[in-house]
Amino acid sequence: MAGKNVIEINDSNFEQEVLKSDLPVLVDFWAPWCGPCRAIAPVVEELSNDYAGKLKVAKCNVDENPNTPARFGIRAIPTLILFKGGNVTEQITGAVAKSQIAAAVEKVVS
Amino acid sequence: MRERPCHMTSSDLYDIVIIGAGPAGLAAGLYANRARYNTLVLEKVGVGGQLLSYEKVDNYPGFPEGVSSFELVELFKAQAEKFGMQHKNADVTGLETDGPIHVIHTSEGDMRAKAVLVASGCTPRKLGVKGEAEFTGRGVSYCAICDGPFYRNAEVAVVGGGDTAVEEAIYLTKFASRVHLIHRRDELRAVKILQEEAFQNDKITIHWNTVVEEIRGGDQGVSELALLDVVTRETSSLPVPGVFVFVGLLPNADFVPQQVERDPQGFLVTDDAMVTAVPGIFAAGDVRSKSLRQIVTAVGDGATAAFNAGRHVESLSHAG
Repeated sequence: MAGKNVIEINDSNFEQEVLKSDLPVLVDFWAPWCGPCRAIAPVVEELSNDYAGKLKVAKCNVDENPNTPARFGIRAIPTLILFKGGNVTEQITGAVAKSQIAAAVEKVVS
Repeated sequence: MRERPCHMTSSDLYDIVIIGAGPAGLAAGLYANRARYNTLVLEKVGVGGQLLSYEKVDNYPGFPEGVSSFELVELFKAQAEKFGMQHKNADVTGLETDGPIHVIHTSEGDMRAKAVLVASGCTPRKLGVKGEAEFTGRGVSYCAICDGPFYRNAEVAVVGGGDTAVEEAIYLTKFASRVHLIHRRDELRAVKILQEEAFQNDKITIHWNTVVEEIRGGDQGVSELALLDVVTRETSSLPVPGVFVFVGLLPNADFVPQQVERDPQGFLVTDDAMVTAVPGIFAAGDVRSKSLRQIVTAVGDGATAAFNAGRHVESLSHAG
């Protein structure tokens, strides 16, 4: 269940929504069977509200979209990747504190 | 006495602040709220704690068929919330005691409490070998339920010999074509029922007296482990794309003041009322020095700690 500022992305629109995005993008790679993913979801949603208009926040279900995580070598979830101008600026694995994610976001939003 | 520190922000004064919302913290939240103490539960990431890293719980009484960890967390949370439990996402960075008041420094500002209940749990211990940090998330994992499905029909390694290592090795056989269980000793520490299950599972190969010396890989992530037989001193390599590490737990207690006594492993020492060496600071669950770290013992700790934290709050009001 994504919040109003969180979009769902998939293998087919990843290029358009993430790599070609004008705003920096935080992508949360998750799956329904992953407990820590469930734990971190409210934090990701809070960040989407805190940085509304400055950061695009997206969720990618790795079960339904295997190609995108494979492209970034993801073999653990939750993994959060920050993209700016189509490039990866930060990759965070595991359920971490909001402050740690926010610190990474601060570096890419202007 | 030092001057009163200047962190008197507009933060409210709580009776009890509970740090951590795993089974111990949620049980403490239930008891503290039901006893009508003004209580706040702080959680770094999300409600549930380490429990969410497991698929199914088979040994919590009341669920003869077992219960999913998600479901159990939701039930704990719902029951505590029924009595008014409030929780907040905040990363606790420090804890200071100022007379009868404790100040909790967090990523969301300072909070003040008459009693603090530390239920911050543990973090998986790292192996401490070359390649581990570099490949975390790209082949090195500490959570089988999260990452097992990435290894369908692949061979994986599990490091460790305790309950968690053996249980997760068995779980991983649902996905992997073979699970190599690497253990530094010549016998497992896990309970007998798990050992029997592992020995009977023909997808599990146990490498006795063996340690991982290095995790190697490249752009695609992990590709092999360098192994050492500690008896024969022979080295070998095991080609696997994934390694799951379950070699024990480290207490999440960095923020707890040094006046709180620790055991040699760093776990917080309490008496049987969950009282630490500092009056007003209580500890419960996996972060506490104890012989059995399980959900069933965590909730008992949480209830006991909440009860005694309540008594502490009462003693302050009678004294004042």
